[in-house]
Amino acid sequence: MSSSTPLASSGATLTTDVLIIGGGLVGGTLGCALAQHGIGAVVVDRDSQDHLLEDDYDGRSSAIAGACQRILQVVGIWEHMKPDVQPILDIRVTDSDSPFYLHYDHQDVGEEMGWMASNRTIRRGIFARSAELPNLTMLAPVSLVSLERTQDGVTAVLSDGSTVRAALVVAADGRRSQVRQMAGISITTLPYHQSGIVMTVWHEKDHQGIAHERFLASGPFAILPLPGGHHSSLVWTEKDSLIDSLLSLSPQEFHAELISRFGSFLGEVKVVSKVFAYPLTLQFADRYIDRRLALVGDAAHGMHPVAGQGMNYGLRDVAALVEVLVNAKRLGVDLGSTAILTDYQRWRRPDNMLMLGMTDGIVRLFSNDIKPLRLARTLGLAAVNRLPKLKVFFMKHAMGDVGKLPRLMRGESC
Amino acid sequence: MANATPSTALPEELAKFEAMADSWWDPEGKFKPLHQFNPERLRFIVRQAAARFGRDETADRPFEGLRLLDVGCGGGLLCEPLARLGFSVTGLDAAEKNIRIASLHAEKMGLAIDYRCDLVEKLAERGEQFDVVLTMEVVEHVDNVDLFLAACSHIVAPGGLLFGATMNRTLKSLAMAKIGAEYILRWLPRGTHDWRKFLKPSEFVGSLRASGLVVDTLKGMSFNPIAGTWSLTDDLSVNYLLSASRN
Ligand SMILES: Cc1cc2nc3c(=O)[nH]c(=O)nc-3n(C[C@H](O)[C@H](O)[C@H](O)COP(=O)(O)OP(=O)(O)OC[C@H]3O[C@@H](n4cnc5c(N)ncnc54)[C@H](O)[C@@H]3O)c2cc1C
Ligand SMILES: C[S@@+](CC[C@H](N)C(=O)[O-])C[C@H]1O[C@@H](n2cnc3c(N)ncnc32)[C@H](O)[C@@H]1O
Repeated sequence: MSSSTPLASSGATLTTDVLIIGGGLVGGTLGCALAQHGIGAVVVDRDSQDHLLEDDYDGRSSAIAGACQRILQVVGIWEHMKPDVQPILDIRVTDSDSPFYLHYDHQDVGEEMGWMASNRTIRRGIFARSAELPNLTMLAPVSLVSLERTQDGVTAVLSDGSTVRAALVVAADGRRSQVRQMAGISITTLPYHQSGIVMTVWHEKDHQGIAHERFLASGPFAILPLPGGHHSSLVWTEKDSLIDSLLSLSPQEFHAELISRFGSFLGEVKVVSKVFAYPLTLQFADRYIDRRLALVGDAAHGMHPVAGQGMNYGLRDVAALVEVLVNAKRLGVDLGSTAILTDYQRWRRPDNMLMLGMTDGIVRLFSNDIKPLRLARTLGLAAVNRLPKLKVFFMKHAMGDVGKLPRLMRGESC
Repeated sequence: MANATPSTALPEELAKFEAMADSWWDPEGKFKPLHQFNPERLRFIVRQAAARFGRDETADRPFEGLRLLDVGCGGGLLCEPLARLGFSVTGLDAAEKNIRIASLHAEKMGLAIDYRCDLVEKLAERGEQFDVVLTMEVVEHVDNVDLFLAACSHIVAPGGLLFGATMNRTLKSLAMAKIGAEYILRWLPRGTHDWRKFLKPSEFVGSLRASGLVVDTLKGMSFNPIAGTWSLTDDLSVNYLLSASRN
């Protein structure tokens, strides 16, 4: 991956349109999307591309909604991921010991429900695409030393001694965004006191492209199909207080705990990756913009992974920001101007708040064992199943097809 | 033409703008409304100009090779974007300080714009011609409106376009633009506008027609206070803009 080119000579000055801090799933995609539309970008990440691609760096896989797949497609990243993705053909949602389950079948909407890909696959796709785009520069491992945002422009000094000048800086540096903190934008955090245990398992029987989401008393448990038929990614939510003891169990004991949740429907099951634990919190930034600054992805909103929407909503930010900036460029407007950034915030913030609220509601509704709530849930799931229109709406929503869609999400170039 | 023609400049109006000149480029400052509706009015200009001159709006510098004059350019809020789109831009303003601020800013942005402190009637006398002439939010601040618009019109080259924008003289515009924007929302310093100088669309159109231009499009520009956005509408009762051509 040679597009990662730390500047040889310190003291060099690079001039570009947009400086992106954070080259993760969201920042990397944004860089490619802008460059593809003729807007120059420099993407800075503190970790090297080789490090980000290591097995132990990120054990997660992501469910990619249909509308977001279209973004990756239009931007030219999907082409590089294609051999390593798994279509999700059916989603089965069950409540603990309830006889009913909610059954989302792709035949109801006539296309796959989404795709599964390991985060490594997505990152590899981003890096491969970025190497093809001449007006995109990826700088890593490099960090931010200082950032100045004035009425006239952005100037960043980087740890390799170089200086970048741009019209706009985008914070895509994740939940603990340094850029957001530097700008004094505060966040609201709601802890769930839950962690997500993530691992990849091998199973004897073919998963047939079916994803399972189980709402257990301790929290949601998801089995997500990976390419090849015999591997799945697990997201196992557990109370924080139990995480340490779970992770210090002997392999046999851990396996027994796993099977008691997973069941035996796929035959024999083996853990084949490192076991990762991610603390889960819901957080949202009070603003998405400041002078010549925009927040995207987890820097703006962190959600519970129950709905598998964190990256997807980050990609929606990307699609909206690209559209707003391409429109501005075609009017000759300064890409860092307040009027443009205000349009972006107005477009994205209500949508993200709605999703945060929905996932928060789901988690709270399902992560408890109060009897009347259990009954309501059971009836609710059964009712949704019997109302095809409502079900299609929920599916379309999970697939990212509701609301005013940016052009990239409709599979169109800007 | 024996005597010197009367000037279109009103010294007290120019003094008001000189006093605010430092805040031209502050998006939250005294010119906030201009910053807010800038993209929307640029969209109007770009669309009409692309159609008129057969240019592709999605190209990199679609208006390369065309000359544009912005009469009453202020800090250059329109000059800069239009220069980025390839126009060779001349910015004209009667207030010296505006021209200084505008030149300085263009230099910082790396844009080559020909800024001049002059009066449009002088350019007309010299027979200068431009493919596109803008005079946005200016007529309500000048003396001898008909003379001013005649000079702007004469400068439009055959086949060229003129864009104009101002505020209508209605009770609603008095309430919204004058009392609302200046006194209630405090967007604009008090006394920025003299409502009696606002121009009805019929007066604007009539004046251009008298100078041989044909008005092609007339649109309202309305503020939605709930969404906080400006958009083009068919409501001409407060802010409006128009395009006219010389055939
Ligand atoms: C257990 C779990 C499962 C999930 N499953 C799904 C799913 O199925 N589907 C889905 O859509 N989402 C899922 N998510 C959410 C998803 O992973 C995140 O929303 C997504 O990774 C956010 O991407 P990002 O690029 O905004 O941030 P990050 O992925 O956090 O990337 C930030 C990048 O910025 C760099 N960086 C950070 N600070 C600096 C700095 N100061 N200077 C330079 N670089 C910096 C980092 O090195 C990193 O590369 C899941 C999350 C969890 C915890
Ligand atoms: C409200 S501002 C509009 C600025 C700019 N056209 C815009 O819309 O962003 C009006 C401008 O007209 C200028 N002006 C007023 N009378 C003028 C005249 N007679 N000739 C040229 N400019 C004039 C003022 O100095 C001021 O900069």
